[in-house]
Amino acid sequence: MSHSHNADANHEASNAAAMAEIKKVTILLSVLTIIELILGFWMIGITSVALRLAIKGVIIILMMAKAFYIVAYFMHLKHEVKNMIMTIIVPLLLFVWFIGAFLWDGGSFRNLRNTYDPYFKEQATIKVEKKESEHGAAKHESGAEAKETPAEKH
Amino acid sequence: MSTTTTASPNEAKLWGGGKSPFNLEYGKVMMWYFLMSDAFTFGAFLISYGTVRFSTNGWPDSNEVFRSFPFAPEGVHAPLVFVSIMTFILIVSSVTMVLAVHAGHNMDKKGVVRNMILTIIGGIAFLSCQAWEWNHLFHEGAWWGSNPFLNADGTASSTNFTNFFFTITGFHGFHVFSGVVINIIMLIMTLMDKFEQRGHYLMIEKAGLYWHFVDLVWVFVFTIFYLL
Repeated sequence: MSHSHNADANHEASNAAAMAEIKKVTILLSVLTIIELILGFWMIGITSVALRLAIKGVIIILMMAKAFYIVAYFMHLKHEVKNMIMTIIVPLLLFVWFIGAFLWDGGSFRNLRNTYDPYFKEQATIKVEKKESEHGAAKHESGAEAKETPAEKH
Repeated sequence: MSTTTTASPNEAKLWGGGKSPFNLEYGKVMMWYFLMSDAFTFGAFLISYGTVRFSTNGWPDSNEVFRSFPFAPEGVHAPLVFVSIMTFILIVSSVTMVLAVHAGHNMDKKGVVRNMILTIIGGIAFLSCQAWEWNHLFHEGAWWGSNPFLNADGTASSTNFTNFFFTITGFHGFHVFSGVVINIIMLIMTLMDKFEQRGHYLMIEKAGLYWHFVDLVWVFVFTIFYLL
């Protein structure tokens, strides 16, 4: 590869190419992050479930794109030998099953509970007031409760 | 871009096959495999978060939970602002790390030192941001086992949300912390001319791989906790 040529001109050319690549990827990552943030801000006011889901899908695709650019260029994996790339990428395919199976499992558990656990289902319909609790206040309350219990015995 | 991998191109000829199969130095291969195992650890955390969230009827709105930033007046509503600053800090420190690795290829000690210092500053800045955010949430009553926030639809929320948040960002923050420590050690070794004596800056590349992985994990943590 080009290093073994070691001609100065060659070295400088590959140097410039490397710097150009770093610059390009930096700009790409920044732009992708800004798009993600714009979508995030946009989503705040949206109530339509379908549209929210669609935006979340786009955000996940952008996230995967960012991950690709970091691994391929910053971590340099794209320029490694193909066998090396494969020993990293192929085991990571396990995530396809991992994510699919466990999210499916979660969704199934929620359905089962909503079907067979009336309490669980009811809790999702009762609106509650937000209570203002600092950690100090919470500790104070529990301390007071602890004192009350022996008093009740008398 | 091909200059990175082989410590000494002549060594490859010793095998008689022309090249070592991966054309990579041993330590770098092992760093990759360590990072792959770490990816599964983080993946397991994030997927269990997803499983629990999918199995629950309501979930807190991240824009309500993460709405403040330092020096802001009480009750300010600025979702995503602070975390986007944290994200950009980590991206910038990743770029300076690439530049340090690049300077290492050229045996440019001054460039390595400068960019390693910038990377360390970026890492410390990120950790400071996280410390502020944890402290702020703690004073709002959030901690492991305690969740003051309601679900987005106004129903009562379980402690799953805060438990996962503190566990996963804590585990990531611990990685950032160890990354900063590793980078400081690399900086000291550079200043002591260790790599000049060895004739290569491969250790900087290995530290760089770790640092980029930390940035990579943040891409997922940031998206999953703050955006989705």
